[in-house]
Amino acid sequence: MPKVNLSVDGKKIQADKGAFLLDVCRDNHIPVPSLCHNEALGSDGRCRLCVVEVRRGNRTRMVTSCLFPAAEGVEAITQSANIALVRKTVLELLWARCPESDEIARLARSHGVSDVRYQKDNDKGKCILCNLCIRTCESVVGVSALGLSGKGPVKKVTTPFDEPSETCIGCGACAFVCPTGHIQMWDKEGVRNIWGRKFEMAACAKCGTHFAPLYQLEYISKTSGASMDRLRTCPDCR
Amino acid sequence: MQATAEQIHKIAQEHLQKQRAYEKVLHVCFGPGCLASGSKPAHEKLSAAVEREGLSRKVLLKKVGCMGLCGRGPLVVVGDDEVFYQGIGKRSVDDDVEMLVEYLKTGALAEKLLMDGPEKGKKYTHMSEVPFYSCQKKMVMEDVGRIDPDSIDEYLAAGGYTALRKALSMKPDDIIESVKKAGLRGKGGGGFLAATKWRSCRDAHGSPKYIMANGDEGDPGAFMDRALMEGNPHLVLEGMIIGAFAIAGGQGFIYVRDEYPLAVQRLVAATAEARRLGFLGEDICGSGFDFDIRIVRGGGAFVCGESTALMSSIEGKGGEPRAKYVHTVEHGLWNLPSNLNNVETWATVPHIINKGHEWFASIGTAGSKGTKAFSLVGKVQNTGIIEVPMGMTLKEIIFDLGGGIPKGRKFKAVQTGGPSGGCIPADHLDKPVDFDSLYDLGSMMGSGGMIVMDERDCMVDVARYFLKFLVEESCGKCVPCREGVRRMYEIVDRIASGQGRSGDLEHLEELGKAIQLGSLCGLGQSAPNPLLSTLRYFREEYEAHITKKKCPAGVCKPLIKFTVNEKCNGCMVCARECPTECISGEKQKPHVIEQDKCVRCGNCFEACRFDAVTIE
Repeated sequence: MPKVNLSVDGKKIQADKGAFLLDVCRDNHIPVPSLCHNEALGSDGRCRLCVVEVRRGNRTRMVTSCLFPAAEGVEAITQSANIALVRKTVLELLWARCPESDEIARLARSHGVSDVRYQKDNDKGKCILCNLCIRTCESVVGVSALGLSGKGPVKKVTTPFDEPSETCIGCGACAFVCPTGHIQMWDKEGVRNIWGRKFEMAACAKCGTHFAPLYQLEYISKTSGASMDRLRTCPDCR
Repeated sequence: MQATAEQIHKIAQEHLQKQRAYEKVLHVCFGPGCLASGSKPAHEKLSAAVEREGLSRKVLLKKVGCMGLCGRGPLVVVGDDEVFYQGIGKRSVDDDVEMLVEYLKTGALAEKLLMDGPEKGKKYTHMSEVPFYSCQKKMVMEDVGRIDPDSIDEYLAAGGYTALRKALSMKPDDIIESVKKAGLRGKGGGGFLAATKWRSCRDAHGSPKYIMANGDEGDPGAFMDRALMEGNPHLVLEGMIIGAFAIAGGQGFIYVRDEYPLAVQRLVAATAEARRLGFLGEDICGSGFDFDIRIVRGGGAFVCGESTALMSSIEGKGGEPRAKYVHTVEHGLWNLPSNLNNVETWATVPHIINKGHEWFASIGTAGSKGTKAFSLVGKVQNTGIIEVPMGMTLKEIIFDLGGGIPKGRKFKAVQTGGPSGGCIPADHLDKPVDFDSLYDLGSMMGSGGMIVMDERDCMVDVARYFLKFLVEESCGKCVPCREGVRRMYEIVDRIASGQGRSGDLEHLEELGKAIQLGSLCGLGQSAPNPLLSTLRYFREEYEAHITKKKCPAGVCKPLIKFTVNEKCNGCMVCARECPTECISGEKQKPHVIEQDKCVRCGNCFEACRFDAVTIE
């Protein structure tokens, strides 16, 4: 991979050409906040928390560090009045959207946002529309049970037509990756509840613990070729 | 069929001959404006009358695209510029058709259907006398309103596809060079140099290269692209084919908003006709160059006019923009090199090829060459589609072409560039309309919507209107635009309802700046413009709403009150217009408005001819 020389906050850095600036910063212990970035899933540029300023020649512009490719001669700044304005604004807006989210409140306070100047929403739950759940479902699990519907203020993450999804395997990866804990999932009496659907949990052949939805095991067996007999034993007993 | 140059020439000549056989050719406007005001029934009745009177061998009725002066429709033009008739059927279709038949039989002008001139009793006979038309410089709109858009023969007879044949004999590099020297800039809003984009796309690695036209015109009050696509679809195709040849494009797409069904229908028909004669498909005009175009219908989202969202939509995904740090000319549609231009930009290309870049560059200003089509709407006498040279001043457009403000009212502002643009006040009316001047004024050229406002328009209300549009049309991908614009709307809505607080304006400015800086795409970054530009030029109006709880223009309902003053002579007209029957009083005695029942619709104010109704 060809290397490029750039600087972040005055610090001279050598990085892979085309590596995203956010990764370059973090690799070099320069903190940049973000909500929608995930190492395994890459970037989408939705949350706008990771914005930094980039100077090239006489021109300074604000860029999304999670998507901006490292190039020779880039001079990046991760702290400035404008950067602080965008980050504070984003956090105040998200706090107003998701007043129940402790994670957002914590992050907002740590950026100097003490209060919300807007009428707080009560219909959005804790969802900040970071899209991590959808991307996980699509590219890690491979079932694409979730998607975005609507646009503007009514945009939301949901299953097709808001109905229980036929393709969902109940794996719960979406709930796991959600940064704010918006996605509700609970296991009760051998049944998993998620996205309006109930999944029968498989009981481990050895210890009897309900450890995963049967549907998920069948999906893994089908895609990986592993036998159901092996999969029916929980990872702890295998 | 692969028609040869001779065959095409023959088709064109035969078509011209056929038309010359008629004594008179009547162009009936079938543009959206005229259709709405009744050109279809007028055409049917006229057609029946021509038949009945035995004139069908002498008179040809031609259905054409938008003629521009939409506010005066339905329009009928005889010959190229013989007689200009307007408002057909405004009073009675039968009477007007009878007058037209009389004209066709005897040659006696139908005086009542001629347009009034500025002096009393003086009427315009020819289109070329009407300032609305004489001040224009038509290029892409030249044949819109002249030719039947359903017929490729008409386009060929008007010189169509000659530029393509010429371009195919040129070297692709020379075509790009010519477009570069012409100084053609993208007319969809960005104003980016077309040749630079073409060059980058040609040089990019990857195949096939996609050539796209943006016909997803979504700005409120803008309909010039619609007029173009509906009125002369082949011109757009021809421009695209030339561009594709220059860029070495393999597949083309025209993305048209689904709300324009006629444009979709015409473009689909035009591509089939072009394919039939060998202008599209394999081995175009025997040149060995293969290229075809598919029409893609938009899904109704404003954001899909943004280049990356448009490509996402063509790919079958949701319309969301993406960051453009890697340009779409290198990695665009399906990650392949892609060149997207607005339909008007494409329609300009055949003119540059045919008449030369020197000719094109001689029109316009130093930085903005050629012409630009606008839709001129709002509080202006002549509403419709215009095409003017770049650099014409706002004043010339609004007062010379537009005929000024109706009802003797005062000009207040003009909104350009749609929801991404801004409002420009009277002080700047002498500024030329080009890409750079409008940007400096805090607005932009945009795709070409121009909404004129008078003293009865409240700028807080205008900002509220555009913000509401943007709230609904934000794709919702990034936080500043999705959440920020709706919060902006909430604050402006509060101000307009008389609940404004001190600090609101500073808050709006701060939020606006954050949205401009932090949004992902161009639409988000420009979303605060309607608010920030009105705040910049009309701050005192916002302050009046907040501190005095008054709406100076008399628009924001919670802040106004209608009363009757001493000028009232008791004519009862206002009482008849009142929907809630809250105006009481006897004939010839001053009336009284019962405030509790009044819904502040303003009907009484509009109806009173004695200035006896006042807005407080």
